[in-house]
Amino acid sequence: MSETHAQTVLFVRDTMLPPVDPPIAERGAVKWMRENLFSTPLNIALTLLGVLIVWWLVSASLPWWLNSVWNASSLSQCREIVAATAGEGASGACWAMIRERWHQFIFGFYPASEWWRPVLAFGLLFAALAPVLFAGQKRNQSLILLAVLAYLLVTLYLAGAPGTAFLLSLLLVAGLLVGAQLAPGKLLWFTLAFPALCFWLLWGGSVWSPIVAMAGFGVLYAVFRVGTPFIGLVPAAGAGVVAAVLWWLYLDKPVVDALQAALPFGIQSVRSDLFGGFLLAIVIGVTGIAFSLPIGILLALGRQSDMLIVKTLSVGFIEFIRGVPLITLLFTASLLLQYFLPPGTNFDIILRVIILVTFFAAAYLAEVIRGGLAALPRGQYEAADALGLDYWQAQRLVILPQALKISIPSIVSTFIGLFKDTTLVAFVGLMDPLKGVTQIVRADINWKGIYWEPYIFVGTIFFLICFGMSRYSMYLERKLKTDHR
Amino acid sequence: MKKSVFFGAFAVTALVSGMALAGTLDDVKARGELICGSNTGLTGFGAPDASGNWAGFDVDLCRAVAAVVLGDATKVKFLPTTGETRFTALQSGEVDLLVRNSTWTFSRDTELALDFVAVNYYDGQGFMVKKDLGVSSAKELDGATVCIQTGTTTELNLADFFKQNNISYQPVTVADDSEAQRQYLAGACDAYTTDASGLAASRATMPDADNHIILPEIISKEPLGPVVRHGDNQWGDVVRWTYYALLIAEERGITSANVNEVAASTADEEVKRLLGVSGDMGAKMGVSNDAFKNAILAVGNYGEIFARNIGEGTTINLARGLNALWTQGGLQYAPPFR
Repeated sequence: MSETHAQTVLFVRDTMLPPVDPPIAERGAVKWMRENLFSTPLNIALTLLGVLIVWWLVSASLPWWLNSVWNASSLSQCREIVAATAGEGASGACWAMIRERWHQFIFGFYPASEWWRPVLAFGLLFAALAPVLFAGQKRNQSLILLAVLAYLLVTLYLAGAPGTAFLLSLLLVAGLLVGAQLAPGKLLWFTLAFPALCFWLLWGGSVWSPIVAMAGFGVLYAVFRVGTPFIGLVPAAGAGVVAAVLWWLYLDKPVVDALQAALPFGIQSVRSDLFGGFLLAIVIGVTGIAFSLPIGILLALGRQSDMLIVKTLSVGFIEFIRGVPLITLLFTASLLLQYFLPPGTNFDIILRVIILVTFFAAAYLAEVIRGGLAALPRGQYEAADALGLDYWQAQRLVILPQALKISIPSIVSTFIGLFKDTTLVAFVGLMDPLKGVTQIVRADINWKGIYWEPYIFVGTIFFLICFGMSRYSMYLERKLKTDHR
Repeated sequence: MKKSVFFGAFAVTALVSGMALAGTLDDVKARGELICGSNTGLTGFGAPDASGNWAGFDVDLCRAVAAVVLGDATKVKFLPTTGETRFTALQSGEVDLLVRNSTWTFSRDTELALDFVAVNYYDGQGFMVKKDLGVSSAKELDGATVCIQTGTTTELNLADFFKQNNISYQPVTVADDSEAQRQYLAGACDAYTTDASGLAASRATMPDADNHIILPEIISKEPLGPVVRHGDNQWGDVVRWTYYALLIAEERGITSANVNEVAASTADEEVKRLLGVSGDMGAKMGVSNDAFKNAILAVGNYGEIFARNIGEGTTINLARGLNALWTQGGLQYAPPFR
């Protein structure tokens, strides 16, 4: 057999050929481009078109970006500088406007000597958010608190904060940092106290007004705890709310006055009409987000309730608010309410706007969360019942964690929408960063005629904030992912 | 019986609501601050500067009213109002006074129950075109594209004008002044039309101002003035006579610089009454006797306000035109101060 073989085959290779690289068209960038950009005649055409569009955009806008001017006192001076450096007829961005007016985009008319207060409140906002965003995670919480500490060190120094405030705030954050090491769960108490602290920092005035206002919640809780054994859970909660409202309506002011007279301590108060720019957008946005979620959850549960009145009220509220455009609600807040209130009432415009924005977002969130509730299999509800849990325990321990997890993407997109909608307050004469501040900057004869720069500046900051929220929601989804798809 | 109860109730309601609305003067005094509805930002007429201080032609009138009522021109809170919210803000009592380049029209005066107490600026709608278009009159704009802000009276005026002159045009609608200016400069329209004062301000800030001209035709009447609520005549009088006091001051050559000197030395009886040296004119109106002197001291006379904010010498460079005193061929005329 072997001889036959030796006669038919003259040469037998006994070593392997070294592997040859794939042909140039089948590897690397060329292959990728052939497969992804030039695979069919249609794709070739689309690719060429895309390249042309990109080329056109870049060639049209690049000189404008490259000729940016940062130091000038007016638009005409910007134009002179551009003409001098890049030749006659060249166009260039005039960022000098941002350099001169950035503080109005950020703080509105907030007095310059008090800028450290919103800056501090913004830093502490993250300290307060950390226990919520990263519940029980010592490492992430510590990281955020460290970042807040670094941020405050730099910004408070730049904003020229008074020494005591500087020290106290650094001590506070350092204390929180220690707290995060010892008992990360307990930091939630700071989060609960933060709204009052933030309100006091931003609006100023007597230190007692936020404390006494927060004491209203203490009254609510006390009445609730004392009343529950005697009259049951829900009536006790109702009585607590009534007691708290009475406290705010009748006792709040005299108590504040008495305490202020006994122990006067306060900071310069700042009026609402001085708020503007991103300070205003963030105040409205963050308050709206923080309060709309719990209200939205309650509304969603109310809509699913068997109790007729609760259900009717929830459905009525949700459908009414969702059926009306936000601008209509804002006009109601700014104009119509004034007709109903007794003459001379001074009901803060920002507060009115916040309340209606919160309601608006809550109605949308209620429907988003109802979607999450509806997505849960019936068995989950039955299992919770079988365990002997009462309604609130079942919601808290079984239903809501799952429903909220399902709804995260929609909840966050509602939040992002809410934050961007804060620019609509320009229509009721508030200084939102996009239209309000831009308009007053353009009304200055020095900057009249400036067009793209304020939009780009404000748009970039909005993008950063909204993109941050979106990335966090994706992180949260990954973290909470329990299925094995 | 039932009818009389009804009428009684009606009368009480009217009285209460009347009381609620009347007495703005007392409200302002009690509050110690004037709340003035202003523009959200209009070059030369009212806008806050980099440090947040409001300045402008309309703003100065608010300050003058504050000086008259409270004796201090700084005690004003400016509440920015948009075109949509301005009249409601006034009606609902959120502002005491609206000085926001609002045109006095029949329906605003009657249906909206507002009172325009004076005209502090006579404006009118004009056209701006590029010089190389070769047009010297608005009537030659046949077939032109015109940039126009939507939802304004200027849009209707424009349609009327072209219809009356039997010529055609192509509107390019824009949202606001800054966009209009950009579109016009980019060549999206041949002509830009808005109030002549606004055109002058836009032209002044264009990179090639010399290549643009404002056509001579003024196609509408736009008397702009301070507005108060209907039915509060005392407050209306205060605002009206504050404005007239500024006019009389210009007529008599009283400026913020020489007002004290004039008050001490004048022999003119009307000036004496105006500055509170003799008579009790201020007290009759419910303000202090030297109220008008305070106003002139704080903001100057009408001519000074004009020159400082929008007049020749500023970048906007508006001529007095119709807003000159009646003695100089304009329309600004104050009744006798007696």
